[in-house]
Amino acid sequence: MSFTGKVHKVGAHIDTDAIIPARFLVTTDVKKLGEACMEGLEPGWVRRVAPGDIIVAERNFGCGSSREHAPFAILGAGIRAVVAHSFARIFYRNAFNMGLMLLEVGDEVSRIHDGDTLEIDPEAGMIHDRTNGAEIRIPALSPMMQTLIDKGGMVNYVREKLKERGED
Amino acid sequence: MAMTLAQKILQMHTDEEVREPGQIVECTLSGVLANDITGPLAIKSFRAMGARKVFDRDRVFLVMDHYTPQKDIASANQVIVSRTFAREMGITHYYEGGYAGVEHALLPEQGLVRPGDLVIGADSHTCTYGGIGAFSTGLGSTDIACGMALGTLWFKVPATIRVNIEGVMPRWIGGKDLILRLIGEIGVDGALYRALEFGGAALKDVDIEGRLCMANMAIEAGGKCGLFPSDELTAAYCKAHGTPDPLALSADPGAEYERVVTLDVTDMEPVVACPHLPENTRPVSELKSVAVDQVVIGSCTNGRISDMRAAAAVLRGRKVAKGVRCIVIPATPAVWRQAMDEGLFAIFSDAGCVVSTPTCGPCLGGYMGVLGDGERCISTSNRNFRGRMGSLASELYLSGPAVAAASAVTGCITGPDAL
Repeated sequence: MSFTGKVHKVGAHIDTDAIIPARFLVTTDVKKLGEACMEGLEPGWVRRVAPGDIIVAERNFGCGSSREHAPFAILGAGIRAVVAHSFARIFYRNAFNMGLMLLEVGDEVSRIHDGDTLEIDPEAGMIHDRTNGAEIRIPALSPMMQTLIDKGGMVNYVREKLKERGED
Repeated sequence: MAMTLAQKILQMHTDEEVREPGQIVECTLSGVLANDITGPLAIKSFRAMGARKVFDRDRVFLVMDHYTPQKDIASANQVIVSRTFAREMGITHYYEGGYAGVEHALLPEQGLVRPGDLVIGADSHTCTYGGIGAFSTGLGSTDIACGMALGTLWFKVPATIRVNIEGVMPRWIGGKDLILRLIGEIGVDGALYRALEFGGAALKDVDIEGRLCMANMAIEAGGKCGLFPSDELTAAYCKAHGTPDPLALSADPGAEYERVVTLDVTDMEPVVACPHLPENTRPVSELKSVAVDQVVIGSCTNGRISDMRAAAAVLRGRKVAKGVRCIVIPATPAVWRQAMDEGLFAIFSDAGCVVSTPTCGPCLGGYMGVLGDGERCISTSNRNFRGRMGSLASELYLSGPAVAAASAVTGCITGPDAL
């Protein structure tokens, strides 16, 4: 099912200290983390976000620490998906485990601008920029990532494995 | 098939045949690590998975290091979560208080990681153990929870960038200078999704603590791991740290590399990374009149005994400049004790330094040296993102311990030869 949201564009190498500074890491509450989303980029950044909005980033989004608080903060802020040129490795795995949608589109990302309205159709594998008409194809996911999505995330995946082992 | 170190170690931990980069393999884990920040999230996921016991109570490591001793009520409550879990699961290697040190300095020192091991940790600098030939990588808390529950995890076989270190190592040049130079050359995403593998004729001149420091910063180039062969130096280190018969390991001749980078270290001068990315590197002599308010010597990158000695060699008989705070943080209780026994604390104290107990503290802007608006710091830690050590309006430079100590003396970023 497709969804639409407003674009909040950010630059290259947005690190996890920018997404959620360490002083906010004394909680695991998703809503509280969401209130501080991007506080290390610009204080009060999150106030511009409406539920269902989309972050669009340049290269290497989510570099830095392994903190799962980063995808949690983005989810807690109400962001539906992050589109980027590329993602840092640990953040990429974390986001899939947390249920945050990531779309890696390479150079095509430059066709999307701050404030645009994006329509994302994951099944059809397409991003449609309603503001300027750009159509961007979403590259297919690796089989492991697709398995995790199909199982409903890492927690469910492990839960099933434990059952198979008879440890339930 | 001729294998890289990364392929070789993954092969040791899976029944599947390891072939080309990009292949997904299910591997058996040698160790699983979490700390006071990431542990509670991992424990939450572990319980949500319906897991009742950890896969091996001797192979799960919980190290309360980031805010130790607990800096406030919230961080104390987070430690309670990990402590309660450790007791419930009967976890052997739970570290708190006077037993806790910075995790990536502590685990190799305690002999909990060995060459050929496959270790995951809920901390991005888990890649440190590549310094002793272990495949280790940082992951989020939910992947860690999977590891704690199953003792297995999926891995993508990484392509490898080979880094050959050649030439004659000058005085004052350490692992930190080499890895900063490499990141300056390939960029903060230059090794994204890839393994770094170190080799070359000058490797014999990089001691194990220097190698741990270099592997530690593989992640700062986006790397999955930074691997060193397990050679005579590794064997000597491991034997001294509780592993009587360490495995020797090296890449196969003819292994396939995506790229080969050569670092000739002859005539190299110390390197400094400028704000706000580790790739913004400059030779120290190019930085003129950059005044600093704070100097931090410690962290999982440079908080080991060789770093303490390098800092003390510069600070001996000298004074920290007026208006500068120099904070020295031995990374583990054993390093702290040894530094004290060797008389290094007297040198630091005479120079006017603050000597702290082991903690990650200031590296992530946690406590024990947080920067205010407009302040500037040079630190031996690994990451200089904007606001990393405190205020968004502060500036952070990265270097090895000799440059940091020399900068404390002059109050400006300075190489040790310029004193």
